[in-house]
Amino acid sequence: MEQLKDKLVSSFMVIENELNNPDWAPVFDVRQKAMDHFETKGFPTKKDEEWKYTNLKPILKHDYKLFPKRDAEAIEFKDVKRYFLNDIDTYRIVFINGIYSSWLSQTTHHGFDVCTFSSALLRYKDELSTHFAKYADNEESMVALNTAFARDGAYIHVPKNVTVNKPIEIVFFTTGEGAEVMTQPRNLVIADEGAKVQIIERHRSLTDHAVLTNVVTEIVAEKNANIEYYKVQNDNVSASLIDHTNVQQARDSHVSVGTFTFGGKLVRNNLTFVSNGENTESHMDGITIIGDGQHVDNHTLVDHKMPNCYSRELYKGIYDGNAKGVFNGKVIVHQDAQKINAFQQNNNILLTDRASIDTKPQLEIFADDVKCSHGCTVGQLDDEALFYLRSRGIPEYEAKALLMYAFSADALDYVRIPELKTRLNRIMGKKLNVDLELSL
Amino acid sequence: MLTIKDLHAGIEKNEILKGVNLQVKPGEVHAIMGPNGSGKSTLSSVITGREQYEVSKGSIDFMGEDLLDFDPEERAHKGIFLSFQYPVEIPGVTVSNFLKTAINETRKAQGLEPMPAKDMLKKMREKMNLLEMDKGFLSRSLNEGFSGGEKKRNEIFQMAMLEPKLAILDETDSGLDIDALRIVANGVNKLRSADNAVILITHYQRLLDYIKPDFVHVLWNGKIVRSGDKSLALELEEKGYDWLKTETLAQ
Repeated sequence: MEQLKDKLVSSFMVIENELNNPDWAPVFDVRQKAMDHFETKGFPTKKDEEWKYTNLKPILKHDYKLFPKRDAEAIEFKDVKRYFLNDIDTYRIVFINGIYSSWLSQTTHHGFDVCTFSSALLRYKDELSTHFAKYADNEESMVALNTAFARDGAYIHVPKNVTVNKPIEIVFFTTGEGAEVMTQPRNLVIADEGAKVQIIERHRSLTDHAVLTNVVTEIVAEKNANIEYYKVQNDNVSASLIDHTNVQQARDSHVSVGTFTFGGKLVRNNLTFVSNGENTESHMDGITIIGDGQHVDNHTLVDHKMPNCYSRELYKGIYDGNAKGVFNGKVIVHQDAQKINAFQQNNNILLTDRASIDTKPQLEIFADDVKCSHGCTVGQLDDEALFYLRSRGIPEYEAKALLMYAFSADALDYVRIPELKTRLNRIMGKKLNVDLELSL
Repeated sequence: MLTIKDLHAGIEKNEILKGVNLQVKPGEVHAIMGPNGSGKSTLSSVITGREQYEVSKGSIDFMGEDLLDFDPEERAHKGIFLSFQYPVEIPGVTVSNFLKTAINETRKAQGLEPMPAKDMLKKMREKMNLLEMDKGFLSRSLNEGFSGGEKKRNEIFQMAMLEPKLAILDETDSGLDIDALRIVANGVNKLRSADNAVILITHYQRLLDYIKPDFVHVLWNGKIVRSGDKSLALELEEKGYDWLKTETLAQ
């Protein structure tokens, strides 16, 4: 852990010169401050309240390579085709080992920007200085670390009243090149007034070596904007992911974030929604299905600063083997934020007595006229439902899988891209070992 | 087809069935009546293999095999079907997907290929017509948000699709209005043949006006205390169960 920290600190000095050129000026100070913060604070430990149930130590002991070689065209499309939505046309921003792969990407500047963060740093200095590192909490040392090293990622900007005509896929591949690799992608999404966009983010390691991704995404929804953001987290068991996503909502905007986690060694999602205007709608859906040796932690924070807003969280988890889950859902309703309707639900199934879940709702409500509900359940499969299915000739293992699917499927209701929904169904079917072809 | 001998069963230490004897032959319809708590639902649970129930004594033979050796799904594969009194809601699984899985698993167990999707759909349409069901039914989540009547009709629809040898209808008439009852009963009657048998479990003789039983049995206190023909049901309707209880106790 200390070794990795030292390595990061000294690496920052090496890249400082590269970063400290006039083109990158708007963000230089920000980086410097972030690095100082990380250096002082270090990696989060279990002593930090927010990290009590998630121990990073095991994934920080590796000797990660921080600047893998620029061999961004080392992957052939046919080898990674299955990680994209192939049945429909999409925009694609693809990275290999943190480096942009123009070969696999399909970007645009026509009508809206779907491009890389690094090109936006050169091209859209105003937007960058307005938004970069303004939202994600730099007090959180993993965010600070990312901010310091932020070199590339996706940049999406949709101007006023424009609807992006097809989904945008942001995909990060890691090949490792024979080494353990850490990458720190940085994404920025801006939807101007009345703009609409659908985005899918995916991280995929193509190596058995340990991979650590520390990603930060800042999302800005201006007045009446509509953003759907889907995270497909189905990585291999050597790969770990620490994600911070911060959503800023202006009045009348609708934003939904779906977090679907089926793979990875350790996954920590920090999802923050800040409602800065009236009449916003915020949706958070999550499905976690994991097994032996896996750990998934979903931390959500909904910050209601203004009245007449609606937020909804629905997280479902199924834990097999010795899998460990964490759900921490914090909702803050400020004093002036009257007429808030905040809903939060976290339901879990433990398939073995070695699996565990720590689930904790945290409501901090300072307004008096609000409707906030929360509930969490931890249970096993319903015996009566199981008997019902078996009595129709469906074998026990398949009946269980069907019930597990049924248990979690309502968290897919807000997935508005049919092809993605089909894909998620297929991944869940595979994970649950059952054929869930839902069409007849 | 089905021979139950001296069946004793219950939950944990609590014995509910205390020596049931019953014989059902192909082509027959048997009605099992009795007051609440007499063991009617326990009997259907034990025949279909609900795991909470323990059989302490006796046997159930189905077409030459000891039924108690088999899991619920294996009993289904052999042709036993239970129409649930309270069908379970399973959100996220559509009626069509559920039936497709059930039918193809049964076919697999019988060494048959999966039914081609086209044939399956055709059969579904046919059976839905029989039960006067809307075709939108297929894409709804299993029993989720169904009215009481829709749930029962869905049970009979499953029975029609699965074509069991022995169908046990547990309180299928409860919660049905008279029109729904007529449709459901009509469906059951059309599905009857010389090769299959039906056990009707019911409180009231109302259902028996529509599905004519060959035999009527009264279950009380874990035993069949009287068997007869349809006239027994009418007698019960008229006099209630008390006279039978008194008579049984007197013996």
